[in-house]
Amino acid sequence: MARWKPDMRGDEATPERLWLRRRDFLKLGAAGALALGWPGRTPAGGPSGADLPVAKRSALAGGEAPTPWDDVTSYNNFYELGTDKADPARNAGSLRPRPWTVTIDGEVKKPLTLDVDALLRRFPLEERIYRMRCVEAWSMVIPWIGFPLGDLIRQLEPTSRAKFVAFQTLLDPVQLPGQRRAVIDWPYVEGLRIDEATHPLTLLAAGLYGRVLPGQNGAPLRLVVPWKYGFKGVKSIVRITLTERQPPTSWSRLAPSEYGFYGNVNPEVDHPRWSQARERRIGEFLKRKTLPFNGYGEVASLYAGLDPRTLY
Amino acid sequence: MPDGASRNRWLTAAGWVAVLAPLALLAADAAGHRLGANPIEAVLNRLGFWTLTFLALSLAPTPLRLWTGLGWPLRLRRRLGVAAACYALLHFAWYLSVDQFFDLQVVVADVVKRPFITVGFAALLLLLPLAVTSTDGWVRRLGFARWKALHRLAYAAALLGVVHFAWRVKADRLKPTIFAVVIGVLLLARLRPGPRRA
Repeated sequence: MARWKPDMRGDEATPERLWLRRRDFLKLGAAGALALGWPGRTPAGGPSGADLPVAKRSALAGGEAPTPWDDVTSYNNFYELGTDKADPARNAGSLRPRPWTVTIDGEVKKPLTLDVDALLRRFPLEERIYRMRCVEAWSMVIPWIGFPLGDLIRQLEPTSRAKFVAFQTLLDPVQLPGQRRAVIDWPYVEGLRIDEATHPLTLLAAGLYGRVLPGQNGAPLRLVVPWKYGFKGVKSIVRITLTERQPPTSWSRLAPSEYGFYGNVNPEVDHPRWSQARERRIGEFLKRKTLPFNGYGEVASLYAGLDPRTLY
Repeated sequence: MPDGASRNRWLTAAGWVAVLAPLALLAADAAGHRLGANPIEAVLNRLGFWTLTFLALSLAPTPLRLWTGLGWPLRLRRRLGVAAACYALLHFAWYLSVDQFFDLQVVVADVVKRPFITVGFAALLLLLPLAVTSTDGWVRRLGFARWKALHRLAYAAALLGVVHFAWRVKADRLKPTIFAVVIGVLLLARLRPGPRRA
């Protein structure tokens, strides 16, 4: 599947001490779950799929243990594979993430159409452990593998008119059977301002837990913007287009009063139908407080002078 | 051919199995770790689903008799209605205790501020007096005509329940629509006089 050769082996990049600590965190989490005796916890089956080695690892979730693989890959919002949380994992077999062609075009001097594995060979892959906050008030901690979207955008030399970046999911009702029903105006589209897209935290992800991204998580290539609600993380991307004008985004087109273009995590601004002040971290019993920008306060400068209450 | 008494016993037993089966299934799924990554949400959603299902089932015997002449489902009607009220109460109790962990400030704000919770709570408030007055003693105390009039609140509760569900979902309205159609048909059937009613 992933045929590229990394410059260094994953175990060379990460001090063994850290790697072991990470496993301790996992064990601690598992022990905690057992101690709680919480019913309904899936016994951990562990990561599966082809290895996706990384050159660098950064834990950017305040030292929290990642949510177990089984939970990350069985509780998904990916309406193209079904609208129930368990549907995407069940239906992911219809998605064929290799071979896969991605086009990056629009306001760039060097547009590009290439195979996803060729794209992945262009950048050193990193593991980034991020919090992921869904607009539905649940959250996870996920060890993504990918590369900064900004690195790709800079390679293609944006023109002076490039103000926004538009993303598009594959449109194919055979591979994505959920598209046979017009729940959303397919294909799913998302967008970022160019400064958001080139922020070092913004990731194009192709893997999870050291493995190639499973279909239900948006294989082969998805967006991860950790300070925004999960719906901004468009999955199974086929096209990235730099634009001068703000592109339409699927959820804000469907319900403009509930989902805006920005989708910044903000405990102060409730969704009209539920509070955003707290969230349930998957695997935990009590809800915890939601952090502004999902705890990634370093992005606040992107929004200087704008009223954060309007950036839902 | 079983005699009447034994047929009643079978019907009573079947009624109990029907109303308790969803709880048994829920317990089995919890014990077998089949509630997924967010079991708190899964339990809440299931209890809500069975509330609406039993509400719809409790509304079915009258049209069934009109359409097919079958009388025996009427004997299950009260049990199905009480089941709906019990599942509604469990649904709310789960939301209050496990989901919100008795954060009354949040719960009150939800009930007052969030229309989908307001209508759901109203449906629960309508169902509770019906469950309480479901006994033969209460039928006698109120008199059948008044008792029957009171229990028409179930129609309003069913409609509010459907609205609660429809306003809760984000985009996929398929399931609430199915409930709306089924409950709508069962209610509209009551408006037409039965074809062979003497």
